[in-house]
Amino acid sequence: MTQQPLLEVNDLRTRFHTPEGIIHAVNGISFQVSEGETVAIVGESGCGKSVSMMSLLKLIPQPPGEIYSGKAFYRGENILSKSEQEMEDVRGKEIAMIFQDPMTSLNPVLSIGHQLTEALREHLGMTLEQAESRAVELLDQVGIPDAARRLHDYPHQFSGGMRQRVMIAMALSCTPSLLIADEPTTALDVTIQAQIVELVTRLRESLHMAIIWITHDLGVVAGMADRVIVMYAGFIVEEAQVEELYDAPAHPYTLALLAALPRIDRRRDQRLKSIPGAPPNLLLAPRGCPFAPRCEFALDKCRQENPILTGIAANHQAACWVDVKTGGLR
Amino acid sequence: MSETKPLVEVQDLKKHFPVSRGLIFQRNVGLVRAVDGVSFSIQRGETLGMVGESGCGKTTVGRTMLGLYPATSGKVTIDGDDILHLKGNDQLRVRRKAQIIFQDPYASLNPRWTVNSIISEPMRVHKLFATEKERTERAKELMQRVGLNPRLLNRFPHEFSGGQRQRIGIARALASDPLFVVCDEPISALDVSIQAQVVNLLEELQDQLGLTYLFIAHDLSMVRHICDRVAVLYLGVMVELADRDELYEKPLHPYTKALLSAVPIPDPRKDRARKRTILTGDVPSPLNPPSGCRFHTRCPIAMEVCKKDVPEWREAAQGHFVACHAV
Repeated sequence: MTQQPLLEVNDLRTRFHTPEGIIHAVNGISFQVSEGETVAIVGESGCGKSVSMMSLLKLIPQPPGEIYSGKAFYRGENILSKSEQEMEDVRGKEIAMIFQDPMTSLNPVLSIGHQLTEALREHLGMTLEQAESRAVELLDQVGIPDAARRLHDYPHQFSGGMRQRVMIAMALSCTPSLLIADEPTTALDVTIQAQIVELVTRLRESLHMAIIWITHDLGVVAGMADRVIVMYAGFIVEEAQVEELYDAPAHPYTLALLAALPRIDRRRDQRLKSIPGAPPNLLLAPRGCPFAPRCEFALDKCRQENPILTGIAANHQAACWVDVKTGGLR
Repeated sequence: MSETKPLVEVQDLKKHFPVSRGLIFQRNVGLVRAVDGVSFSIQRGETLGMVGESGCGKTTVGRTMLGLYPATSGKVTIDGDDILHLKGNDQLRVRRKAQIIFQDPYASLNPRWTVNSIISEPMRVHKLFATEKERTERAKELMQRVGLNPRLLNRFPHEFSGGQRQRIGIARALASDPLFVVCDEPISALDVSIQAQVVNLLEELQDQLGLTYLFIAHDLSMVRHICDRVAVLYLGVMVELADRDELYEKPLHPYTKALLSAVPIPDPRKDRARKRTILTGDVPSPLNPPSGCRFHTRCPIAMEVCKKDVPEWREAAQGHFVACHAV
């Protein structure tokens, strides 16, 4: 395990300057992704999970956004200090991204074939014929029937699940080493979600690709992730191997999220345990732990000082003063 | 339970939407059979869940049975009144008994109205109180009941979070003292931590006010949690209906089985160990539904007969209904 990680993010911070004030979207997150590993980032809307990934690829419009601290080493090189031109070689070729809504990320007036071959010709310098035959291969690979004919179809002629497959085909076109999937199945039905999860899992194995899977659903990542990162209010609050996280969640927020989730495999015994209140307003710089106002374990110290992420077991880190097993200070 | 008369009865409800082509000389080129003959009943105080993939017609059932879409055919009785065939004041009287909570808490509240006017509107329509003052008092009471601070009475929807807006929508639905509420995906647009709050609120209100719910959702885990019985819809027809635990533990229809197996379990070992039935392809177009059993094009156990004959809707076990040739 002395191997260099594929991606190493150190103290990434992103904020947005708005007329109302400064929004602290990402507040110093650090994590690593190894080659071929699947890491899930879980959190509710506004927790900074998407913004942190967009920051990595420098897809944040600056201004109003500002990445004001942090380094992100991809294969040992800090990609955050790269110029826009250098980033174009990283995006798509090394790190590819797929988004939640495939309809808005595809150009509605260009055929699927046009959009697929563009990247191949741009990044890999293929001729049109080469690019087209590769595009057919890619559509085949992601399970689109009758790929050669569908190359000339437009996005609206595909269903939601099929569009997400097209997006995946586009993302894979330059065989990236890291795929960032931003809530790729949230807009889809469970049956289609199962298809997409199965497809990505199969591709990950055959292409030996690392995956960062962003989601708000602790259910969908349980079966596919190696490691899970939980975010709240722009902070990483817990990080653990997948079994460890579900067996022994150490942060009250993770605990509460799991308790708020109804289970399809269990008979109902009581009301759901809901989390009171709402996520914090990111306009106000947090004092103390950002989860403290909603936390059932909160002590005085939690309201004064924000805990930092510390190791509590092998491959398990949490940012919490409290030991949730005893209710006292850790 | 089966002795008492159900509060809500739906018989052979159909809703077809015409598809037209042409800008000036419009002509109908087909029919979307969104709901194609659905029957069910709901007992007083019961919650019936309605699940299926998008496009299966579950939302259309909810809206058509309240008369929000004119029904193509069929009969809906709520508390003994035929809601679809009444006119004028009679219709208004029946509509007071049945309300709806919508999926999108952003689109379903008028942004230019205050919370007070939103919640009081059903009272105005149904002429429930003599004065505006009384209506405002009642609106405050309702806000309290759904967990909103009554002092926020004169605020506008944009000043509230998604979860709070959904509470406003619930207060509006309760304003006319309904017996029956259609909950059309009331939590799908909310964050996980807020979903549990809203579901618990719906359950508390049901206990306090004896409400009857039709709970439409695509989140099968939540449906298992909140519903007493569950109906599964596919392409405008019902394929299975059973008590909650019966349906989740002993599903009979291959579609129900596939649907349930696709739901992830938040437990890594259990989720990996599961055998999944992954359905191929998408739901076919309701413009041209497949012959025979509508599910035969995606069914893992389809037989010759499934392509030709529509399977009969029958009671396979006590209270467990299914439409499948293979069962």
